[in-house]
Amino acid sequence: MTVALTVNGKAVTGDVDPRTLLVQFLRENLRLTGTHVGCDTSQCGACVVHVNGKAVKACTVFVWQIEGADVLTIEGLADPSGPLHPMQEAFRENHGLQCGYCTPGMIMTAVDMVYRKGHDLDDHTIRHELEGNLCRCTGYHNIVKAIAAGAKAMEGHQPSKPAA
Amino acid sequence: MGATGIGAPVRRKEDQRFITGKGHYTDDFTRPGQAYAYLLRSPHAHARLKALETAVARGMPGVLAVLTGVDLAADKIGSLICGWMITSKDGSPMKMAPHPAIAHGKANFVGDPVAVIIAESLAQAMDAAEKVRVDYEPLPAVVDPAKAQDASTPQIHDLASQNTIYRWHLGDAAAAEAAIKSAKHVTRLELINNRLVPNAIEPRAAIAEYDQGSDTLTLWNTTQNPHVARLVISAFVGMTPEHKLRVIAPDVGGGFGSKIFIYPEEVICLWAARRLGRPVKWVAGRSEAFLADAHGRDHVTRAEMAFDGQGKILGLRVKTIANLGAYMSTFSSSIPTYLYGTLLSGQYAIPAIYCEVDAVYTNTAPVDAYRGAGRPEATFVVERLVEVAAREMSMDPVDLRKKNFIDRFPHQTPVIMRYDAGDYHASLTRALEAADLGGIGKRKRDAEARGKLRGIGFSTYIEACGLAPSQAVGSLGCGVGLWESAEIRVNPTGTVEVLTGCHQHGQGHETTFAQVVSERLGIPIDNVSVVHGDTDKVQFGMGTYGSRSGAVGISAIVKALDKIEAKAKKVAAHLLEAAEGDIIFQDGKFTVGGTDKSVGFGEVALGAYTAHKFAGQELEPGLKETSFYDPTNFTFPAGCHVCEVEVDPQTGESEIVAWTAVDDFGTVINPMIVEGQVHGGIAQGIGQALLERTVYDKDGQLVTGSLMDYCVPRAQDLPALKVEMTQTKSPGNPLGIKGCGEAGAIAAPAAVINALTDAIGTEELPMPATAQTVWRSLQKLSHARAAT
Repeated sequence: MTVALTVNGKAVTGDVDPRTLLVQFLRENLRLTGTHVGCDTSQCGACVVHVNGKAVKACTVFVWQIEGADVLTIEGLADPSGPLHPMQEAFRENHGLQCGYCTPGMIMTAVDMVYRKGHDLDDHTIRHELEGNLCRCTGYHNIVKAIAAGAKAMEGHQPSKPAA
Repeated sequence: MGATGIGAPVRRKEDQRFITGKGHYTDDFTRPGQAYAYLLRSPHAHARLKALETAVARGMPGVLAVLTGVDLAADKIGSLICGWMITSKDGSPMKMAPHPAIAHGKANFVGDPVAVIIAESLAQAMDAAEKVRVDYEPLPAVVDPAKAQDASTPQIHDLASQNTIYRWHLGDAAAAEAAIKSAKHVTRLELINNRLVPNAIEPRAAIAEYDQGSDTLTLWNTTQNPHVARLVISAFVGMTPEHKLRVIAPDVGGGFGSKIFIYPEEVICLWAARRLGRPVKWVAGRSEAFLADAHGRDHVTRAEMAFDGQGKILGLRVKTIANLGAYMSTFSSSIPTYLYGTLLSGQYAIPAIYCEVDAVYTNTAPVDAYRGAGRPEATFVVERLVEVAAREMSMDPVDLRKKNFIDRFPHQTPVIMRYDAGDYHASLTRALEAADLGGIGKRKRDAEARGKLRGIGFSTYIEACGLAPSQAVGSLGCGVGLWESAEIRVNPTGTVEVLTGCHQHGQGHETTFAQVVSERLGIPIDNVSVVHGDTDKVQFGMGTYGSRSGAVGISAIVKALDKIEAKAKKVAAHLLEAAEGDIIFQDGKFTVGGTDKSVGFGEVALGAYTAHKFAGQELEPGLKETSFYDPTNFTFPAGCHVCEVEVDPQTGESEIVAWTAVDDFGTVINPMIVEGQVHGGIAQGIGQALLERTVYDKDGQLVTGSLMDYCVPRAQDLPALKVEMTQTKSPGNPLGIKGCGEAGAIAAPAAVINALTDAIGTEELPMPATAQTVWRSLQKLSHARAAT
């Protein structure tokens, strides 16, 4: 079947088996390998992207289900030729990653968290909102620090317009 | 130190690709003409393979091949191996059963591969797998390691009677017996160290490609040690000669030990790729990882600690049954022996120790190293004994520890290890201060007023790291040496590449190794790149595990830097037309002593490669040096972790309200990275203590087979962590590094259980101490109290 959607500001189409998950479409059809697969029960959150402005686990949706939608992946969060998104900077500054595998999903979840909960996030809120994202490396201590800092830094930040 | 030198919290260079989604993990690669492998795995824990019918599957759309253990044997592909020979008490060698990459004749655990289907797409391979017919004759399964050696238990492998792999011991049985007989008090515990599933967030994966023209094989693999994989797959499995196999470990998403081992899947991919003439990719699903990744821990232990009338430890006797699963994984034999028994002295001066370990086969997934590998098990035994003993003898647990601490170094333990340097009093004192031990009484009373039970627990742990002196481990049965290599290449333009045999999968070597080189050579850190993970680029290395990359990997770099400096001075002498002995090197400049004549590192680099100023033939052009560094001893990081916990007696739910860690890692290259390692280790240790339970039912079915049932800690399960460091440098290596990667996982479980048992007032508390487990213990205690 054919699907058509917008990914990181670019119109894309694909001819896919109906069983194709959004994460497979992104990784295999579009070669956007920044979104990762870490589990098969929708627990780990390594696959989180934004669909129409909201965080979605790309492993838990068929690509045909979001026909026509606007998808933002980690690759689209910042203009490749421009500065990093404040949340990305915050993860680096606060050592909020080690192996990096959970990181794209963490960052996308974190950005969505700020959209929903605001720029002043406390420890308790962040830890609760991370229920859907697993990390085995960091013990979350620095991820929580990074998200709190990133949330503050996002105040007044304009999301980049991905190249059309 | 400078902003980017040793000791600086330099932000990581590798983060740029990870935070922008531009990392290159194994599954991110697609090779031209790539086909996909799907493994059909035994649904039975123990079964004869009577027949496999693959004709229907072979005919399905997109299927390129369906291969079995018969085909593998016909192609003369050999067994996977365990590379550490452990000898039993009676002198007999360990019973290593054949381990074909695809089961042949018998399947021995749920998940044991019985066939591989290769197709144009993964979906087609999975569809075809459903059409493979396997005629199994199920056999009774052996699941409980405590019963594996019983006479009535079925035997899994012909060569291992009573399913016993080895009966090993260490120490002095007579001395330990005498100590226990003469003791004023003996504390006895039966402990289970619960089986864990590693669950690195990146699943294992392999891509194999065969080039017919040159008869060479390339393997992209999620491995912590590409050269070891290359050696084992070529020399032991017999896939192809070593020089015709290239192994690439790209970005790897966490390992924790589980990606050290050589597994069936990469062997299968290599073999299939050559047979088919197409690249073959395999990626584990998470449920598949639960079945097929090596698990950790799984010890059943009886331990006795003997004390005199003043609380001095007289002796320790330990008997452990270690479950190694259905086959011996690559390092499995060493984990419950030389990485466990040798740490049973803990931080204490113990005159007599005797340890017996029986390793057994069961019809479960193979068990091997998982963060800490033997040392969490040892620490749990020692620190639970000490804590329980203090309570039994009505002594303060802090005072009991202090009374028995080793305070003179070097200290020879009765279990091989000779501790080089440490200050256990310093880390304990600082930890208690930072944890505000003084205020615990009030905090307990306040908690009680709120209807909660509060407890505090300690874990004064030690570990042996910086694996390892080759001669020492060789004499103990290890099949490889555990040195490390570094090659430093200075380019004509003055930039530097460091080729290391280590491999990072979260540890930040691209930054920390560059910090060391940048400081020594006086060049900007951006001018240094670290190369690792490719057997075509780095000649040989032993990989990263056992907290070795700092102590051993960086030491190799330092030795290579010594050689670079020596040669660079020779080059500078030519450029400056001075005697070599007059050259001083400092802050990136070579100066003729007592003058202001100097050249910078960049000029020396270029001069080495143009060789225009070299007179005579004694000095070769170029500036590149290699060192293979073999450590002289293990290193001994140690410290004190304090856990404070609050329990709701109504529900059994516990909350860790504070965690304090004071660790001695010797010299620290990047404190930000080291703290991160401690955080991650503590999280895994808390996971073991409170949340992670691996359950096989009586038929050997893995009941906890996905993240729905196996609880990997989430952010809300864990507290903020207070992490500090003391420092006694290791005298054993040039920079005095001890290593830090495993410490948190080693220290944490004992601290948690000591805290919980303090809170609830009973020692009967198995791990994981879930809410239900705590609640049951409380119920049992209250019934017992009501009865008296």
